[in-house]
Amino acid sequence: MKFLKYLLVGLVFGIVLTKSEAVSWYRIYEMFHFQSFHMFGIIMTAVVVGVVGIQIIKRNNVKDTTGQPIVIADKERGFTNYMVGGILFGLGWGLIGTCPGPIFILIGAGFYGIGVVLLGALVGTYLYGVLRNKLPH
Amino acid sequence: MYSFYGTWPWYISGLLIGAVMLSLILFGKNFGMSSNLRTMCSAMGAGKTAEFFNFDWKSQRWNLTVVLGAMLGGFIATHYLSDGSGVNLNPQTVVELRQMNIDEPQGKLLPDALTSAEALQSPKILAILLLGGILVGFGTRYAGGCTSGHAISGLSNLQLPSLIAVIGFFIGGLIMSWLLLPLILN
Repeated sequence: MKFLKYLLVGLVFGIVLTKSEAVSWYRIYEMFHFQSFHMFGIIMTAVVVGVVGIQIIKRNNVKDTTGQPIVIADKERGFTNYMVGGILFGLGWGLIGTCPGPIFILIGAGFYGIGVVLLGALVGTYLYGVLRNKLPH
Repeated sequence: MYSFYGTWPWYISGLLIGAVMLSLILFGKNFGMSSNLRTMCSAMGAGKTAEFFNFDWKSQRWNLTVVLGAMLGGFIATHYLSDGSGVNLNPQTVVELRQMNIDEPQGKLLPDALTSAEALQSPKILAILLLGGILVGFGTRYAGGCTSGHAISGLSNLQLPSLIAVIGFFIGGLIMSWLLLPLILN
């Protein structure tokens, strides 16, 4: 039963990303060509809601559902890994139009060809794990 | 103007995605989809060959459950909550896509040119899908997060590294979409 809430959150996430068409290759192309405000509007609204929500949580020392204080870890400082990793991710995102969330959502929606993308993403993740100590961070 | 069965407006969608992230924080977790790729590698035994995958992947079962829910959500939304009126692109976008032999959406989420059964017979298309996946998988782990972990969660927590990553996402995306994609597809 404790997993039910995660299933429901995922369900909402999958429905919203599909109905907003953020999972659509077309929408990602349109975004990178600045031909629609749609995707920018989605990301900006989510971030505004997120910033306000996190500020409320931090200022009121809100506890999570298990009663523990909520601590959101800061990202480690750095530049190279964020920039180079980000660019590589962006090249993939611009090519096949799917970031990790939509890969799963689209497979669920019945686009089995995206299974090839998932296979690639697992290979890419594995390659990073193998090469990690040799990469600049 | 908007229909529940058509394209959801950006402000409703963004609000709900923000709510998804905040819900996971309130459950004592965090919103990050690409971590699941690492978890899956680990569950398949990648820890034997790379230290990076040596962690208690079972502690991430909650996130795999989010993935399962997201897949169900994708199924429900496409099969029961869509009237086929969606994906209305900028007409200019449609013209550009036609020049690259990409079919019009006409309500479809993905182009047939990339994901139809016929397209999947083409070694070139399979190579594109695989390469795109590798770039997404490798890049997201190198950058420590994807759109959900950096663009949504990280920026919401005012993290400079996430801003750097998001700028990287757009540099890569713009290079691909403007320069490389026309070469690859033609």
